[in-house]
Amino acid sequence: MERSAAAFENDLNLKATELRLGLPGTDNEPDHQQSSSSSSSQLIKNNKRSCSEMDGARQTGQQQESGAPAPKAQVVGWPPVRNYRKNVLEQQKKPESDTGSGMFVKVSMDGAPYLRKIDLKFYKNYLDLLKALENMFKCTIGVYSEREGYNGSEYAPTYEDKDGDWMLVGDVPWDMFVTSCRRLRIMKGSEAKGLACL
Amino acid sequence: MCLFQSVMNYFPEEVLEHVFDFLTSHRDRNAVSLVCKSWYSVERFSREKVFIGNCYAVDPERLIARFPRVRSLTLKGKPHFADFNLVPHDWGGYVYPWIEAMAKNGINLEELRLKRMVVSDESLELLAKSFPNFKSLVLVSCDGFSTDGLAAIASNCRFLRELDLQENEVDDRKGQWLSCFPDTCTSLVSLNFACLKGEASVAALERLVARCRNLRSLRLNHAVPLDTLQKILVQAPQLNDLGTGTFVHDPDSDAYCKLKNAIKKCKSIRSLSGFLDVNTRCLPAVYPICTNLTSLNLSYAPGIYSSELIKLICHCKKLERLWILDTIGDKGLDVVASTCKELQELRVFPSDLYGVGNAAVTEEGLVAVSAGCPKLNSLLYFCQQMTNAALITVAKNCPNFIRFRLCTLDPTIPDAVTNQPLDEGFGAIVQSCKGLKRLSVSGLLTDQVFLYIGMYAEQLEMLSIAFAGDSDKGMLYVLNGCKKLKKLEIRDSPFGNVALLADVGKYETMRSLWMSSCEVTFGACKTLAEKMPRLNVEIINEGEQIEASPDDRHRVEKMYLYRTLVGPRRDAPDFVWTL
Repeated sequence: MERSAAAFENDLNLKATELRLGLPGTDNEPDHQQSSSSSSSQLIKNNKRSCSEMDGARQTGQQQESGAPAPKAQVVGWPPVRNYRKNVLEQQKKPESDTGSGMFVKVSMDGAPYLRKIDLKFYKNYLDLLKALENMFKCTIGVYSEREGYNGSEYAPTYEDKDGDWMLVGDVPWDMFVTSCRRLRIMKGSEAKGLACL
Repeated sequence: MCLFQSVMNYFPEEVLEHVFDFLTSHRDRNAVSLVCKSWYSVERFSREKVFIGNCYAVDPERLIARFPRVRSLTLKGKPHFADFNLVPHDWGGYVYPWIEAMAKNGINLEELRLKRMVVSDESLELLAKSFPNFKSLVLVSCDGFSTDGLAAIASNCRFLRELDLQENEVDDRKGQWLSCFPDTCTSLVSLNFACLKGEASVAALERLVARCRNLRSLRLNHAVPLDTLQKILVQAPQLNDLGTGTFVHDPDSDAYCKLKNAIKKCKSIRSLSGFLDVNTRCLPAVYPICTNLTSLNLSYAPGIYSSELIKLICHCKKLERLWILDTIGDKGLDVVASTCKELQELRVFPSDLYGVGNAAVTEEGLVAVSAGCPKLNSLLYFCQQMTNAALITVAKNCPNFIRFRLCTLDPTIPDAVTNQPLDEGFGAIVQSCKGLKRLSVSGLLTDQVFLYIGMYAEQLEMLSIAFAGDSDKGMLYVLNGCKKLKKLEIRDSPFGNVALLADVGKYETMRSLWMSSCEVTFGACKTLAEKMPRLNVEIINEGEQIEASPDDRHRVEKMYLYRTLVGPRRDAPDFVWTL
């Protein structure tokens, strides 16, 4: 029963719906369970945290290797939210193709005499958007890199998100960006250095 | 006591019946019926409202035999964890046999309230045609029906007052069910079809609202546009409870202006929900009614940014119930704490179920609300992280919790500051909140938290446990300590046979026990079933375990047991074994 589960995982991708006993975020369970006799129960025992015995770092280490918040693994039924609610939220995240209400945001550029407005829904990805901005303002924005932002280019695109914070364009997935972006500002490269050096 | 009883027995039954009329709670009526045979008899003939918390604990025949004058029936079907995909689709919980039996026996059914049951179109049709005085249908978290069934209800129930569909999975056949309400239908008081996904005839809706002058509660679905809403509000300014459909329009338009004016005239609205699709620049239209709102549900509106939510909430000083998404953030909860001094119930739902969770609330938001809202007694809180210190503070600030459900998005996350288990925090909650009836725990938890729960949670009736505890001791603390426990549901926790079998009699004092992905084995379940004939011990087998007779030592993946008067159910599917 235990090893067949691993074989199934590859064939039928049952992983997504598999009832797993391990902690979320730990995809490498089969490797940890060599000493198990009845595997699934061991899955619990080995992953059950008892902080008095093991140091807290082990717990966080297993889940948060990169220091980022624990990625949500596919634990069936967690967080416990009714399907109905899940479906509603999923649907609302999809960009509406029909309503045509658009997602117009203001775009300002340092040094420009007036602002422009663009419809974020018009673009499919960051590449499209940046090209359009370059065209609109006759500037060069350059290429995004996770570590250096837009370092080296004349201008860097930033945006104000729904919490009111100024963020560098390109860090989050495109869909997330579209729903959280309230306005854009194209900063001078020299000023943007601050943002990029994080 | 003896003298009293003999005195009471001289009263004619009509007097007893009249006295019992004043008893509305099921528990009081149940207690009264246990006093003596004559009280049992008077009570059973006069009971009109019957509540059955587990539809398989009794059967329709018994219901009808005991309560022939029943007019209102509430039934609950699937176990609670079915809401989270832990119960296979065809497990059971069919309402048809109940409707069929009541129809055959001439029951004068007026009200049917169902939760987590399978409702077929056939049952709705039978319901609609069998009970001429039928007035109220409330379906919560049900499935199995389509808009055809609703059409049957609309067409046939001449005195329908209430059709309330909450969070059901409905097959929308794009029929014109709303048009099926005859022109003579003017009795509607409450109509909620927010969960329907398809188009509804807007014209039929407008006409319906116009002729139902007693309409108090109306919740629209996604497909009803803003200008229809405006027309409806003009027709029904007497509404108490409004669920908007879509709230998207050009705020500079005429239509929006008209809407604003229409809303202003609805001075009776006390409960607001919906915003299933929202243009935040349209929100100010509702500000005028916010001052009198006691209930606000924005939990289906992820499109409203935190700053907009805050602006809205600032107007809601009389709020008693708030359901919201975690997009509100800790900052937003601060505002709730300083504005909503009458708040009793707060639910904060997760907006981002799969992502990394950049929008979420933490322990800070909860502490703020507990400090600012002294009347808080019911909580459902999905959060990114939690600390013992915060829970201890919350316990001190709010000793009146009746329901406390905390759900960390990572089910085994420790205290965010100390990395310790959250035992002490929950311990403080149960110790301080002496009236606590329902508790859900999460986060890193050892047996210790269950020791506290067993010791202090004297009024606890329902407990939900996931990924918690270290050993059988944990479950034993709970079973031994919580005398009023009715429902216990456990998943992914290391509780096994010793705990399960320690006190088998306990389960007859409870409604049900659910255990999945725990350590109990077939053998132990069989033993339990043998010892307790008045329990149904059901094992749910999915996929891999289709062996004819599994080894007694095999772990059971899912077990659901419940007390029953009627033995193993006959509608169990192949994958459910009643031991």
